[in-house]
Amino acid sequence: MNTPKTMFEKIWQAHLVHDEPGKPSLIYIDRHLIHEVTSPQAFEGLRLAGRSVRRPELTFATMDHNVPTSDRSLPIEDGISVRQMDALSENCRSFGVTLFDLTSPHQGIIHVISPELGLTLPGLTVVCGDSHTSTHGAFGALAFGIGTSEVEHVLATQCLIQEKPKTFLIEVQGKRPRGVEAKDLILSIIGQIGTSGGAGSVVEFAGEAIRDLSMEERMTVCNMAIEAGARAGMIAPDEKTIEYLQGRMYAPVDFKASAEAWRQLPSDPGAVFDKTIQISAASLAPQVTWGTNPGQVISVDARVPSPEDFMNENDRKSAERALEYMGLRGGTPIESIEVDHVFIGSCTNSRIEDLRRVAHFVKGKQVSSKVYAMVVPGSQAVKKAAEEEGIDLILKAAGFDWRESGCSMCLAMNPDVLKPGERCASTSNRNFEGRQGAGGRTHLVSPVMAAAAALAGHFVDIRQSDQVV
Amino acid sequence: MEPFKVMTGVVAPLDLPNVDTDQIIPKQFLKRIERTGFGEFLFYDWRFTKDGQLNSDFEMNAVSYRGASILVARDNFGCGSSREHAPWALLDYGFKCIIAPSFADIFYNNCFKNGILPVRLTESEVESLFKAVQKNPGYMLTVDLEQEKIFSDDGLSFKIDISPFRRTSLLNGLDDIALTLAQEDAIQQYELKRLKIPPPLH
Ligand code: SF4
Repeated sequence: MNTPKTMFEKIWQAHLVHDEPGKPSLIYIDRHLIHEVTSPQAFEGLRLAGRSVRRPELTFATMDHNVPTSDRSLPIEDGISVRQMDALSENCRSFGVTLFDLTSPHQGIIHVISPELGLTLPGLTVVCGDSHTSTHGAFGALAFGIGTSEVEHVLATQCLIQEKPKTFLIEVQGKRPRGVEAKDLILSIIGQIGTSGGAGSVVEFAGEAIRDLSMEERMTVCNMAIEAGARAGMIAPDEKTIEYLQGRMYAPVDFKASAEAWRQLPSDPGAVFDKTIQISAASLAPQVTWGTNPGQVISVDARVPSPEDFMNENDRKSAERALEYMGLRGGTPIESIEVDHVFIGSCTNSRIEDLRRVAHFVKGKQVSSKVYAMVVPGSQAVKKAAEEEGIDLILKAAGFDWRESGCSMCLAMNPDVLKPGERCASTSNRNFEGRQGAGGRTHLVSPVMAAAAALAGHFVDIRQSDQVV
Repeated sequence: MEPFKVMTGVVAPLDLPNVDTDQIIPKQFLKRIERTGFGEFLFYDWRFTKDGQLNSDFEMNAVSYRGASILVARDNFGCGSSREHAPWALLDYGFKCIIAPSFADIFYNNCFKNGILPVRLTESEVESLFKAVQKNPGYMLTVDLEQEKIFSDDGLSFKIDISPFRRTSLLNGLDDIALTLAQEDAIQQYELKRLKIPPPLH
């Protein structure tokens, strides 16, 4: 009998182009996604070396990081953003790469549109010059972020030189309690294993609580695998995955045969991982980050920790610094922290399901007069679907600003920026110093927690509300 | 790429864990379409005060660390975004070698593509370096990739832990793309074989 294999091992082996002992492997890349910020230097490198794109039909591009989320019919004010977008258009045209630009109905955050279009499929290798490429692992793909030199390498060769990562199984057992979202699951995991807990590994998420997640929720979990330092996150494909992909624009023509192949992908019973941990979903509560990395996170009903609460010297130093930056004091109840901004969006939480839950929660209520709240759908397709369902009207009536799709305030490269000292409840994935604007203070939360903070003007425990499902 | 063989330089300390790439090069400076010119924005929010003056509270700004080419930092250096602008900024500023107990994966990888040597030492080795640097500002180290060691005049000496492949690439300044293109036969064979397995590439 064959030795049982992990899903990662199956995909890795199927993509080995060349392997020799003592050297990293050469693996084949099935989908290469590119955007305007990390690709210009790669195309420039190709030009300088007189190289071409080996498989332009496997490369797909969009503009997301820099794009304004205000009215698309107005000219873009930031000249440098325009320069990057023009460079991408020009590069795609001259190298024959498909581009979903600002005028395309398929434009959006690269990690939102690729699954929507059926470009992300189980068993494929997917790379992008962006760390949150781990999102695509939700389909049972091996998906990871790369640097610009590697973008150039993939463009030129359709391959990548990679050291084989280790495998790490995180089993989340039992059922999530009411009010605990996929975002809370992954934030708690990062809180437990730390921001470098997954370093060098591909994490497979498994267990009842993971199987229970919808595809959108699985994307939220895998999206933040990188925040635990993991090379990639993965979830085994199942009937939900297959159903999600059926009928998508780029889904395989011979869908049935593909689906059959996908059913063979999950890790075999008895497959051995380099590391395994178990987490009980039932014990989890909604999470709020209090510090300046996603691992500095705590339950909404707890208090901000004090530096003395940490045993480890590094953790203590980092807590001290984080509290100072965040303008917080140890011992403050999380629920008493007031916010000025609420941002619902990013490749972590801007999909239609996220917006539906938010709309359900805020329907008929009002955003606090002290808060500016914005909702930025992840793609034009999400925006259109939301408008067809009337979600935009509910949000606008409640006082939310309803925007065009893009990364927006997740990294604030476009005009959506926090001012120094402003505090934001954000559904994005990074609360680093200055991430949403120099001096801006970010608290990462789930979409419904963000919505609740928008209404109340401070964090609230959504488990107390009957609007939560 | 410039080969990396042996270098001697001043060591600058950055006594913080989890230094992320947003700190190394804040996003407002990513809007260039070249690989150069990022050095002046390195650690921007720390190096400069709000009004654009050099921040005297930021250790690395001290005169004794001018012209430093080796950076010593704490755990999980380079976490966060995959932006290669981070190593570009470090290199452009003058850093050729970065020493820390651990690095984030993508950042670690990106360094090699740009001729920067990231070196993982143990926590206690890194601690001894911090002590040495803080005691003797302007402290210098020699990084010898050929001999795979780092040493100082006052007797500190550490082994560089690096895979043979990466070492050879750095020593010779090899271009990964050229190396892979030399495998053209293997790539073509793979592509032919791949056409036959589901799910098909299309
Ligand atoms: S939404 Fe944020 S994390 Fe996601 S791709 Fe855009 S900038 Fe990166």
